[in-house]
Amino acid sequence: MESGGNNAAMTLSELRPGQQGEVVRIDSADSAFKRRLSSLGLVPGAPVSLDRAAPFGDPRIYIVMGYCLGLRNIEAASVNIRLKECAS
Amino acid sequence: MPPSVTVALVGNPNSGSTSLFNALTGARDSVANYPRVTTELARRELTHRGVALRIVDVPGIYSFSSQSPEEKTGCDYLHNEAPDIIVNVLDAGNLDRGLFLTTQLVEMGIPRVTVLNMIDEARRAGIKIDTVTLASALAAPVVETCALKKEGVDALLDSIVAVAKAPPAQALILHSYDPHLEAAIGRVQTHLANLHPHDLTPSRSRWLAIKLLEGDDAVIRRESDHAALLAEIECERAELAHDHDHDVETMLAAARFSFAHGLLREVREQSGDPTSGFRLTRILDDIFLNRTLGLPLLLGILWVMFETTFSLGAVPTEWIKSGVALATDLVDRLLPAGMIHDLVVNGVMAGVGGTIVFLPNIVILFFFMAVLSGTGYLSRASFLMDQLMHRFGLHGTTLIPMVAGFGCNVPAVMATRVISNKRARLIAMLIAPFMNCSARLPTFILFAGAFFSKMAGTVVFAMYMVSIAAAMVSALLLNRLIPGSGGDAFVMELPPYRLPTLHSVLHHMWDSAQGFIAKVTGVILVGSIVIWFLQEFPRDITYSQDFAGAIAAQDSRPDGPAKVATLHTLQAAQAQEKLEKSYLGRGAIAVTPAFAPLGFSWRETAAILTGFVAKEVVVATYAVIYAQDKESVGLTEALKGAMSPATAIAFMIFTLLYAPCLSTMAIIARESGSWRWAGVSIGYSMAFAWLLAIAASRIGALMI
Repeated sequence: MESGGNNAAMTLSELRPGQQGEVVRIDSADSAFKRRLSSLGLVPGAPVSLDRAAPFGDPRIYIVMGYCLGLRNIEAASVNIRLKECAS
Repeated sequence: MPPSVTVALVGNPNSGSTSLFNALTGARDSVANYPRVTTELARRELTHRGVALRIVDVPGIYSFSSQSPEEKTGCDYLHNEAPDIIVNVLDAGNLDRGLFLTTQLVEMGIPRVTVLNMIDEARRAGIKIDTVTLASALAAPVVETCALKKEGVDALLDSIVAVAKAPPAQALILHSYDPHLEAAIGRVQTHLANLHPHDLTPSRSRWLAIKLLEGDDAVIRRESDHAALLAEIECERAELAHDHDHDVETMLAAARFSFAHGLLREVREQSGDPTSGFRLTRILDDIFLNRTLGLPLLLGILWVMFETTFSLGAVPTEWIKSGVALATDLVDRLLPAGMIHDLVVNGVMAGVGGTIVFLPNIVILFFFMAVLSGTGYLSRASFLMDQLMHRFGLHGTTLIPMVAGFGCNVPAVMATRVISNKRARLIAMLIAPFMNCSARLPTFILFAGAFFSKMAGTVVFAMYMVSIAAAMVSALLLNRLIPGSGGDAFVMELPPYRLPTLHSVLHHMWDSAQGFIAKVTGVILVGSIVIWFLQEFPRDITYSQDFAGAIAAQDSRPDGPAKVATLHTLQAAQAQEKLEKSYLGRGAIAVTPAFAPLGFSWRETAAILTGFVAKEVVVATYAVIYAQDKESVGLTEALKGAMSPATAIAFMIFTLLYAPCLSTMAIIARESGSWRWAGVSIGYSMAFAWLLAIAASRIGALMI
């Protein structure tokens, strides 16, 4: 895993509109929760972007594997990602 | 070949497997555009080209790691009953995720047919699939279908029959995992083969080994006798996680997705803009999920829905009313005077006729419900409401069972299966009966029309808002009262907007009409007869004064306005006393003190008591009680004279919230696994209804 540039570790809940991220790992002690997120497509290497947020900023909709996935910020915070270069 | 081939339809939630089930079998099971509409197995039999097929619709699953209770239904079915053939239903526009489940189905080693459903949508988005390559890669025939338009159904049946006659040779390993993981799988497989000699095929033992290493709770539980095996698994899991920086479940998931990804690169051709299929959904979401407009729009949509249910329904209701009046008049004249006449005219015709007039309102309500759930808006509503509902200790996805509750509380309680946390699900189950089901709608339309005719639609809407508020506040209370903690994560797929087919909307409306008519001709008919007898008997009443003598004395007086007035008063007083001394009256009067603070008379009490059976009976009871009045002024006018608007509000609120009907109690007992919770539901809702009704009547009395 090389790092540098914009690749500082961050979580899905910090992803801003227009940014492209890539899942690094899911940080959770709850194995069932991890399996649940990974079966929805949040696996290492999967590209993610932010679609929009609900009226009060939580939950938010992400685009994963070409579909819309709604997640609360507290759960998105357990998904570690890194930013992709192509984003602007 | 077995005499009957069991075929399981398996796919992700919202991949359209129920639509396909309906198209294949001619069933008319409920479908909608949000994940997890189907929560139970459905079975149907049919014969195609001489082969008897038993088709099973399995509730949608994302993966085999059994998470939410209704995903568990599907997983358990596939684990325990091992169908002969699996029809793997994929949303052709969302293969990236759908193929994840496919990789797990492949490992099960059961002959499969792959279905690319909603192919029309995918084609419109410029997606082309090389079905030949896909079929050989997955070792299963591939059929493109559009279940809603019944396209590809025959081709699918042909493929099923072909697979049944000659199952394709299964490629044992369609893709391999990381070498370390493969080595571990091999070791566990050997261990398993020693434990279960002879009864495990290599593909079956590989599948079991993978499941065990993945930490699948259901499979681990079944091997719980073999401590050594489980210890080995734990050891392998820890070692793999240590060496690879990821746990086994993540390694497996990543490998499966990467296999799916590689396969799609080979077989999928995307012409044009890949997001074009999304464009309409994005535009609509910009409006409906707008940060300022989103919530007001949701409220507005609900207001339009309930206002229209009331106002548009009023027109055909009038037609039915005239029809009922004509029929009653005819029967009144045809039947000779006597008990049969009274039973038919004042019991059956009054009760059934008084309820059937609400048919148009019910059908209109279900039209809106079909549109809301068919377009995909319901998932958006959950998304918008999640934050607010979270504050009340509820989960955004709870909104779906709650809205389903506007139709009927029974499916609402069943729909709580989407909630994986047990305690959260129990709370959702206990608040579901507060949702204003269509059985209560007649009461509100009747009362709102009688007491607040100028703003009746808004009053009906307000009752729905009270119902939602009561549910939310109860959730807050129950969260404090029920021990334990832990909510549910909001993890929800938002499907693209879809235009519901006219067929499915009409079907929803037709079903609701049929259901309502069945209720009116069943429980309402029987209820009306029972209520009539209860209010008619006993006949040997000792009156408090000699009405017969007084009336006879009046008769001998010369005619004049004074005589008419006195006669009228005497007759009304006699009728009143007769009702009060009937079984119905006596029973209700015994309980009335409990409701006296709310301003309810014994009539309201009688309606409440009979409404326990089914809430439509409330209106039927009123209709029968007031039909006894010889100078009938109509139910609406009679009600107006019988109570104040403040009492009317209290009654509406009480009817809205008190005890679930019998069917709902039974379903709560079944789904929670204990009658105790049905009991809690009755006790809690009675207390809550009583308190809120008394508050409403006090506030109402000040305001009106």
